[in-house]
Parts: sequence; C-alpha cells; structure tokens
Amino acid sequence: MNAKSITAQWRPAAILGLLVLLLIAPFVLPTYPLSVLTEILIFTLFAMSLNILLGYAGLPSLGHSAFFGTGGYAVGLLAKYFGTPAPLALLIAVGAGIALALITGPFVLRTHGAYFLILTLSLTQVLFGIVWLWRRVTGGDDGLPGIPTPKLPFLLGRVSDTANFYYLTLIVVGIAIATIAWVVRSPFGLALVGIRENERYLEGLGYPTWTLKYVAYALAGGYGALAGGLFAYFKGFVGPGQISWLLAGEGMVMVILGGAGTFWGPAIGTILVLLLRYEVSAFTQRWVMILGIVFILTVLLLPQGIVRLPNRIREIRAQLRREAPLPRPTAPAHHTPSERAVEQVIERS
Amino acid sequence: MPVNTASLVIGLSYASLLFLVSVGLSVVFGLMRFVNLATGSLYLIGGYIGWSVARSTGNFLLALVAGALAALVVGVLIERGFLQRLHRKELLQVCLTLGVAYIVQDVTRWIWGGDPLRLRPPELLRGSMELFGSVVPIYRVALIGIGAVLAVLVWYLLERTKWGAYVRAGVDDLEMVECLGINARRIFAIVFSLGALLCGLGGALGTPVTGVAPGTDIQLQLMALIVVVLGGLGSVTGAIIASIVVALVDTIVRTFWPEASFFAVWALAALVLIVRPQGLLGRAA
Repeated sequence: MNAKSITAQWRPAAILGLLVLLLIAPFVLPTYPLSVLTEILIFTLFAMSLNILLGYAGLPSLGHSAFFGTGGYAVGLLAKYFGTPAPLALLIAVGAGIALALITGPFVLRTHGAYFLILTLSLTQVLFGIVWLWRRVTGGDDGLPGIPTPKLPFLLGRVSDTANFYYLTLIVVGIAIATIAWVVRSPFGLALVGIRENERYLEGLGYPTWTLKYVAYALAGGYGALAGGLFAYFKGFVGPGQISWLLAGEGMVMVILGGAGTFWGPAIGTILVLLLRYEVSAFTQRWVMILGIVFILTVLLLPQGIVRLPNRIREIRAQLRREAPLPRPTAPAHHTPSERAVEQVIERS
Repeated sequence: MPVNTASLVIGLSYASLLFLVSVGLSVVFGLMRFVNLATGSLYLIGGYIGWSVARSTGNFLLALVAGALAALVVGVLIERGFLQRLHRKELLQVCLTLGVAYIVQDVTRWIWGGDPLRLRPPELLRGSMELFGSVVPIYRVALIGIGAVLAVLVWYLLERTKWGAYVRAGVDDLEMVECLGINARRIFAIVFSLGALLCGLGGALGTPVTGVAPGTDIQLQLMALIVVVLGGLGSVTGAIIASIVVALVDTIVRTFWPEASFFAVWALAALVLIVRPQGLLGRAA
C-alpha cells in the first residue's frame, strides 16, 4: 500500500525531471548522441502506439510497420510532389494512417489470436509489395530521398540543425504521448483493457467491443503513422525498409521487453533495444546474440517487462527476508493469472 | 510457357520441405496455443549439422539422422528449459523464441560463416530423369516421395491412433482433456519434440535444394507461419494442403513474375484470411 502511494506521489516530479533533462539535452550532448535520442523519441511513439493494440486491447499485431511506412510515404510524397509544409504533411500522414486502419480494420478484426497476427503481417507484406513494385510513384527499392528536414522557425540560428529537429520531435512526440496517456486512462482505455482480459464478459455488460477495437486500431494507426512521418523527416528518406515486417517485429519486441500494457514500458523497451543496437554493436560483432540473451533473460526474470523491475526487486527482497505472505498490492503478477483462470472457468461453465 | 512438369516437380518438392517444417508448428500451435518462432532456426540447425556431417563422413543418410537429432536436442532443450513455464502467455513465447532464433542465427553464422552452403545429393539421386516429357532432377522427385510418405505417416499417427486422438482432443479442448486424466503436458512435449525432429530432417533434406545460409531460417519461418495459418491451427490435412498450395503459388509466380514472388504468397494468405478468418480447414474459434 505504502509503496504504491509513494510512487504515485513522486510520479509528477519524475515526469517533470525527465522533461527538464530532455529539454537541456541538446546543450549537453554532442550531435551523434542527440540524433540517437531523437530516434529513441520517435520509436518510443511507435512502440507506444503499438502498445495500444498489443498491451491494452490485447491484439497481437505484427503489421504495425504498415502504418509507420504509410506515414513516411505520405510525408515523402507530399514533400516530393507538392512541397507541403511539415505541420500539414504530418497531419495528412496521421490521416493516411487512420484511413489505412479504417479500411483494413473490418477485415483484420474478424480474426483472433494467431490469425490476427498473420493477417496483419500479410497485409503489411502486400503493402510492401505494392510500394516495391510501383516504381513510378514510390521509387521502388530506391525509395524517396531528399525529404527536407523541417525546422522550428523560432529556434533558427540559435541552435544547431540537429538540436532544432530534436526540439521539433520532442514537441510532437510529447503532445502525442500526452494524448495517448489521456486515451488509455479514459473510460475507453479501461474498456480496452477489459476486452483484453475478457471480451465476452464485456460484451455481456453491453460494451460495443467490436467498435471499441476498431477505434483502438484506427488510433494506433494514426499514432504509428505520425511516428513514421517524423522518421522520414529525421532520415530525409523513406524506403520500403520502413514498411518491412522486421520493423513491426522490432516494435513488438520493444513493447514486450519494456512491459506490454504498462504506460512507460514501451519507452524503456525502445531505449534498451536502440542502445543495444547502437552501443553494443560498436564494440562487439556478437550483438545479435546479446539481444537474444536479453530477450530470454527478460522473459524468464521479468515476465511483466523491465518497467516492473523495482517491484520485482522488492518482491525478491521480501522473499529473502522471509516475510509473512501478506497480500501485497505491489505484486499484481501473482493475482492476475489465477483471477483470469477463475473467470475462464465461469465463462466455460 | 504453360505450367509444365518441371515446375510442378519443383513446387511439390518445396511443398514437402514446407510440410516438414510446419506440421509440428501447426499441431503445437493448435494444442497449446504455443507460438514457436524458432521453428526456422531448427531447420537451420538441421541443415548446417547435416552439411557438416555429410562433408566429413560422406554419408548422406548419416547426415539426415544427425541433422534431425541435432534439431531434436535443441527442441527438447527449448521445451524443457523455457516453454513449460510460459503456458498461455503468447507474447512472452514470441519474445523468448525470437531470442532463441537470434542466438541460433548468430552462433551458426559464427561457426559456418555467412556464405550459403549447398550439399550434393547422394550418388544414387544425382542427375536428372525424364518425367512426362520434361527433364527433372531426380533428387527433387525423391523429395516429393519422402514428403508424401512422411505426410501419410504423420496423418496416420494423428488421425488413426489412440495417441493421435488425445492430441486432437487437446487441440479442441485442452482443459477437458486434462480433466479426463490425460497428461497433456507430456503429449505436448512429445509433439513438440517430434515437430523439432521433422524440422531438422527437413533442414538436412533441403540443403541440396535450397542450401543453408543466414536468412534461410527467417524465410522458412515466415513460410511455415503462412502454411500453418492457411491450413488452420492443429490440422494435419490443412497443413498438407496449405503446403502444396503455398509452394505451387510461390513456384509459379517465381516463373512468371519474379519481382512479385516474395509477396504473392502473402497476398494469398491475406486473401484466404479475409474470406475465411479461421484458415482453410480450421474450426471457427
């Protein structure tokens, strides 16, 4: 009880501290780490948007890169053919992501579990194929190079270009994350968790579960496309690699490693995966293996995700001290499975 | 150019390999809702070990046995070591088996390098023969035969024996099977091991045809997933039909429209799942 309220008390302070750190980062960090940080911000948004599906609604999507790529290509095509200014282009990218989700949603939402996974993956591969083959418009495997990096006008000349784009990303991602926080804490977000835990039960309570999932799918698509648009600006390039299912798989890993269904988990997973990729690969060739070992260790030791590490340490220390097994609200890990099992039995009978 | 015997033989021999890789995955998937993304890695292990053994002993049969056994050992390790703890936690299974796949990928690249390795078929099966007016490699024809025999064996085992009835009952309702006093965990372990064995055998058998290289695992993994889902989880007949359909579509598109080959199969998968969300022979959830 105490532990939880203490964390709750400190949360605003922690977020404020993080924000201050992020704001002063460009004055402390050299160019390269700053661009890695920009990438982390973009992929945090990507992972968080996927988490709406994977973590909150319990829809195992392996095709989230479709939205990422759609956002990227929307930005790339608008920049190439119309020279659209960045704010408008990003909005259109979000619209394109939502539109794609609204079109594919009725089909993918007919499937469940593994079938959902494969159908989202298949549709992503089809989109990849279209982009790959439609050379005239998308540039095929060469992609669309030379997307101009947008800059914040009020910072022009005061900070470096890298820092300028970093602040732009920070603002856009910050707003997006704040709205995601609002969405998942709203009654809508709680209903999504309900769907994940027991869809039939929620249906029985009168929730329009299909519509809720459809809306969640569209929202995740919109946020995913926003991340993709930002990434296209960041790289100045968009190519089929940004639709590739490998990216979707990486996003899935980020979410699960960090902690699916927790708000900050995906951010932690993103930081871990990107740092492993950039930092560990700098001093060893065997970083793929290290990534694999990290996956396995996380699954075995922290099945709820890295975000639960403090709770887990507390649990282990409590075990070591051989405390009386009082019900501890800090360890929900032990409660959920059994409760769910009971629900399943009720459901089946 | 019409679809001739040669492309049919190539397609069907590929179908044999796909069946070997996917049947274990399908039954395990259906039985325990277990997502094994290390299936392709087992194929890779079978292929590499088979290559090495064939290289050092010159005995192809021994290579097949060694490849299959190596995959079996790794499969049993995965099952005993990790999977038992992750029952019904799909996301964690995905993450863990992906981790295993990464490690296998890196270790095999470390040992065997990044170049594609290819094995020569055994002397008896080298060269080509004439079949219905076109010239086809003998090894491919043999592969079709082996695949067909194994498919019939697996089908018989699962559809016509008492033990197979337990497995199918488990696919339909695991809790009920456990209530009847059948040890579902043991059945799962056996099915998983047999699946791994077939995967490794497929890898060793496939080396003369597809070769092994880093990336073979991913390719086979994706194909196996398509086959499993198209056929319907837990259905052997579905896996057989889906293997043939997927392999033939892949081969035919490869002949007529090479640039589109890598995504034609995905378009097929998307189409089937849009029309039938539970796969060709799967039961509605």
